[in-house]
Amino acid sequence: MTIALDEAMALITLEADLLDHGAYHEWLALYTPEAKYIVPIDPDQEDFEATLNYAYDDAAMRRKRVARLLGGRSISAAPPARTIRLLGRARMLECGAASCTVRCAQLLKELRQHRVRDYAANLTYRLARTSDGLRIDRKVIRLLDATEALTAVSYIL
Amino acid sequence: MTNPPDPRTVLAPDRADGSIYSDPALFALEMDRIFMHHWIWVAHDSDIPEPGDFITTFVGAHPVIVSRDRKGTVHVMLNRCRHRAATVCEKAKGSTASFVCPYHGWAYGLDGALRGVPHVDGYDGQLDKASLPLVNLRVADYQGLIFATFDHAIPDLDNWLGAAKPWIDLFMKQGAGWPVKTMGEHKFTFPGNWKIQLENTTDAYHFPIVHKSFLDSVDHETQDTFNFVEGDGFVEDLGHGHSVMVMIPELVDLEADLDAPIPERFRELAAALSHDHPPGQVRRIVRAVGGTGFNLNLFPNLACSMAFFRVLRPLDVTQTEIRHIAIGMDGGPDIANQMRLRLHEHFQGPMGFGTPDDSEAWDRVQRGSHAGRGIPVLLNRGLGGETQGPDGHPRGDVSAETGMRAAYRQWLATLTGEDAA
Repeated sequence: MTIALDEAMALITLEADLLDHGAYHEWLALYTPEAKYIVPIDPDQEDFEATLNYAYDDAAMRRKRVARLLGGRSISAAPPARTIRLLGRARMLECGAASCTVRCAQLLKELRQHRVRDYAANLTYRLARTSDGLRIDRKVIRLLDATEALTAVSYIL
Repeated sequence: MTNPPDPRTVLAPDRADGSIYSDPALFALEMDRIFMHHWIWVAHDSDIPEPGDFITTFVGAHPVIVSRDRKGTVHVMLNRCRHRAATVCEKAKGSTASFVCPYHGWAYGLDGALRGVPHVDGYDGQLDKASLPLVNLRVADYQGLIFATFDHAIPDLDNWLGAAKPWIDLFMKQGAGWPVKTMGEHKFTFPGNWKIQLENTTDAYHFPIVHKSFLDSVDHETQDTFNFVEGDGFVEDLGHGHSVMVMIPELVDLEADLDAPIPERFRELAAALSHDHPPGQVRRIVRAVGGTGFNLNLFPNLACSMAFFRVLRPLDVTQTEIRHIAIGMDGGPDIANQMRLRLHEHFQGPMGFGTPDDSEAWDRVQRGSHAGRGIPVLLNRGLGGETQGPDGHPRGDVSAETGMRAAYRQWLATLTGEDAA
């Protein structure tokens, strides 16, 4: 049975909720072991491995990122910024029984050190059906202002 | 403007007043005397490899275009049409035959010469195009590093870099025999004065404190490598505000000690490289991938920092833009360059495991410096233990604030118009 948009968005929304509530260990479990979590710089880039990104995380780097955010030993992430994100404009780009690709918009507000900041991004998810259920096999976060000067992002986009 | 402040009242050899981070009048003086009258780094050769290539950037507060003309000569030109002052180019980089102002269509060559003016008859033959090029700055380069200045009277770049040149040569060994090329950048801002970042590049003292979470994320061998605060490294004043901080002495010359064991974290790369490269070359590439063991601080805006270029740009007295430019081997193996990119992402940038913590510390310095009046910021670490380096300049232990003192001595000399002692 092909993956329906509703089913895909249930997983994607769960991820957003876990991240906004700092449930990073549960977040890790949403990804396949081979999955990549990618925040590119160049908006037109597709060859992420060969170019500089803000983040190009395999499973090991995702675990390290979570350990850093929860470890209390990083001054920029102790505590992590608080965030609220809204997803919308979801569209199924490719759809099959074993995997699908979904693109949606994300508007995020962050609060840290008395400053509120906004980040808008296009999110592109590749989801895969596994024996444990639907999982994230790749997430690409294209920030609207990726080529501008950013400030520290002490949480997970 | 009111009378400019006297910088001598806010700086002593071993301390500074907190107002150096927040006085707008002092900032205006810096943007003029330092950023218009010193050699300012603008680009690396590999940013504009071919004729017609250009980038846009800044010299201090001034938007500029860095272009390579048909003959290969590099030009650094104010990004300002000579007619009504509009910027003639807003692209970050590209390749072109000319720069055409979008407002009235004045067209300039890659060297800035004014080539075309629409409806030129309206000037009654009085327009002297030869006298209206894009304003060219003075340009010089060393080892692919391109610098520019407004000032045609200051000594040449070779003289300015002076004792820093051998360190630039050592830094470029990261090409492992290939030319060094830039491979993208992380650009971010922090709400603080530019000198807070200038200090940081020559501050080994903070590393094990601020970067605990980075050190937690690497293997024990790498932790040992970065455990340099009580090691045999040193900081040396190189004159003209430049300094070098050697954190890992065994990684000063990447082509020495090629028989040293390959660290665990590079073994997979070494094994993959050995399919296509002889053992000596594998070791040379692997050493290059790991980066150098020193930070070279070039006053005022560039650092050759271990494995990347750090470029700072003051935006305002309490707002600074930082770029961490990744570098690699131009023509070197893809897997080696990709490992460099992954190492860069691991530490640098707004989502790295290092930069956000540095940025937080600098932010705190700025905010804390507003507390109280007349309380000095200390610059005296390691002062008592300083010896004379080979050029007669001071040399301190690795966590000495010798590099900061070097930069501030140049800062004071520039702002007061006196020679640096």
